[in-house]
Amino acid sequence: MTVAIEQSVKPAVDNRARRELIASVLQSYGAAVALVVLLVVGAFSFPTFLTFSNLSNILTQSSFPLIVAVGMTFVILTGGIDLSVGSMFALGGVLAAYGSSWGIVGAFVLPLVVCGMIGLFQGLLVAYGKMAPFIVTLAGLLAVRGLVLAVTNGGSTTPLIKNPAFTAVGQDGIFGIHWTVIVALVAVILGTLALSRTRAGQSIFAVGGSESASIFMGLPVARVKLSVYIVSGLCAGVAGALNAGYSSSGVPIVGVGLELSAISAVVIGGTLLVGGRGSLAGTLAGVLLLSVIQNMINQVGSLNSSVQAVVSGVFLAIVVVIQTVLSRSQRL
Amino acid sequence: MTEQTMTVSLPTRGVGLGILQTYGVYLAIIVLLLYNFFFTPNFFNIGNFRTQFVQVVPALIVALGMALVIGTEGIDLSVGGVMALAAAVMPLYIGYGLIPVVMIAIVVGGLVGVINGSLVAFIGVQPIVATLSLMVTGRGIALLIAHEQLVSITDPTILAIGRGTVVGIPCSMIIAVVAVLLIAVLVNRTTFGKQLIAIGGSRRAAELSGLPVKRILLMVYILCAVLAAIAGIIGTARLGASVPSTLGNLIELSAITAVVVGGTPLTGGQVKVIGTIAGAALLQFISATLNQHNVPDAYSQIAQAIIILFAVYIQRGRLAVR
Repeated sequence: MTVAIEQSVKPAVDNRARRELIASVLQSYGAAVALVVLLVVGAFSFPTFLTFSNLSNILTQSSFPLIVAVGMTFVILTGGIDLSVGSMFALGGVLAAYGSSWGIVGAFVLPLVVCGMIGLFQGLLVAYGKMAPFIVTLAGLLAVRGLVLAVTNGGSTTPLIKNPAFTAVGQDGIFGIHWTVIVALVAVILGTLALSRTRAGQSIFAVGGSESASIFMGLPVARVKLSVYIVSGLCAGVAGALNAGYSSSGVPIVGVGLELSAISAVVIGGTLLVGGRGSLAGTLAGVLLLSVIQNMINQVGSLNSSVQAVVSGVFLAIVVVIQTVLSRSQRL
Repeated sequence: MTEQTMTVSLPTRGVGLGILQTYGVYLAIIVLLLYNFFFTPNFFNIGNFRTQFVQVVPALIVALGMALVIGTEGIDLSVGGVMALAAAVMPLYIGYGLIPVVMIAIVVGGLVGVINGSLVAFIGVQPIVATLSLMVTGRGIALLIAHEQLVSITDPTILAIGRGTVVGIPCSMIIAVVAVLLIAVLVNRTTFGKQLIAIGGSRRAAELSGLPVKRILLMVYILCAVLAAIAGIIGTARLGASVPSTLGNLIELSAITAVVVGGTPLTGGQVKVIGTIAGAALLQFISATLNQHNVPDAYSQIAQAIIILFAVYIQRGRLAVR
């Protein structure tokens, strides 16, 4: 290659490289930047915003959706989606309440086993039945909610937690930080390590990046897909169980619409819905961002809860539009 | 030798599966009707059938729009939000008479379609996310408009849409029949219909052959939203109240199911209007049967989910077989 050609090509390449860099930085850290901006705005607008109790409250409120969103990130990284998490969250809570009569172990094991099995079943249909993930999990949303109603007399019974140790896990903490927050952060850290440092984690990115390429590389594509739905089921079950501990009872109607906020948080956190790119750190920022917005709406006081729906819906749309435009410019 | 068995076994399985895919929904309806004929008292009388038809109208109208969107390989999750929005704006204009109220509800619904369509067609957002964000936002705005309250509607002309009859036939049924005919003609007899199906078959091929892909996609999402708004108007008129908090909840699920059960593949490229009607009727008969045998809601939800999975499982190999 001659020097002349290199010189004439270089500026164009530089320009494109710079644009790609900006795009990918915005993609990965957009949520974190928005979070910082909102925290600053909140600090100046509301006197009680930057207090320890308020921030700790935001963290506690975020911990349940965060655990769900961790599982959702795994699913979305493979290019799938899990709409059943809201119902699984409710099921996890109800089962934890029933399981708590066998002590703290029962309160965790029962929801984990059942939600894991449901995740396994959904994963089998997606991975080996080759069915569209959103339709499988949409049916899951309906069926699992039906199951919740079936085990609670049509939703009229709210089983109470009978194990004080389990309630303590949901309600107590250390240094003012709830155990649920610590569990959620551990989930983020373990998930990040699994995604970046293990073979299985790399396979998840590969499958989401290009399924056909993964097949040609000899990756166990079906097994990877199966496993992410199990992970998502387990995460939703644990989150539901912890939430039951937090509220001392397994409420059958919780978690309606939780799948939407989990998906929003994952997407806002920079994970591409087509799969293959994203991070749990982004998901963490996305969940915190949505919680901070909700907290600020609550601080205003006069606004009602549907404002939250509108704000997060619009936010999701804006983020997705930016993402789509950015990823298009990256592909060029 | 293995090749021989392959060539023999594949077509026979394909034919059996093909019949099930195309006529399964009708078969299921017949089985269900036979079951009800023998085991459900008072199922086979005009009054009951009339109730069933009137109940299915909103879901059917939404499913028609959904069939068009699915035909383009898209999906519209915002239909429930659109129904809520249509319901929420109706009481605001109640004093101006029937036509303005209906027009405004349709225009507001259509606006959601414009946003959906623009996001999908011009920006290239995946249909599932674009419409997901409007599903949340739509219902949120509807609740804000209504101050999260139920508003009862007493205007007799509006109530007539849901409850009135013309020569003994319920108005809502007439609207549904007109909608079915219009969509059937649109899909089967117009250039627009052919283009829509072409996009679903292969968007790239449609683009390369010079079809106005973006404009057609935009139109399809607008049509779907307008139909959902009409369903919202009918639902509100039947209830006699604007209930934006619950109207159209989970209707996207039943609409998608009706479309898929009716033989329209989720991968696009086909729109089965008659099949969609059959799909909606099947879902209605199933819930009516479970209801009249006093099966609790919980179990009927589980049964519906199993039926959805079964239907989609059968439909999944459709393109390969064809």
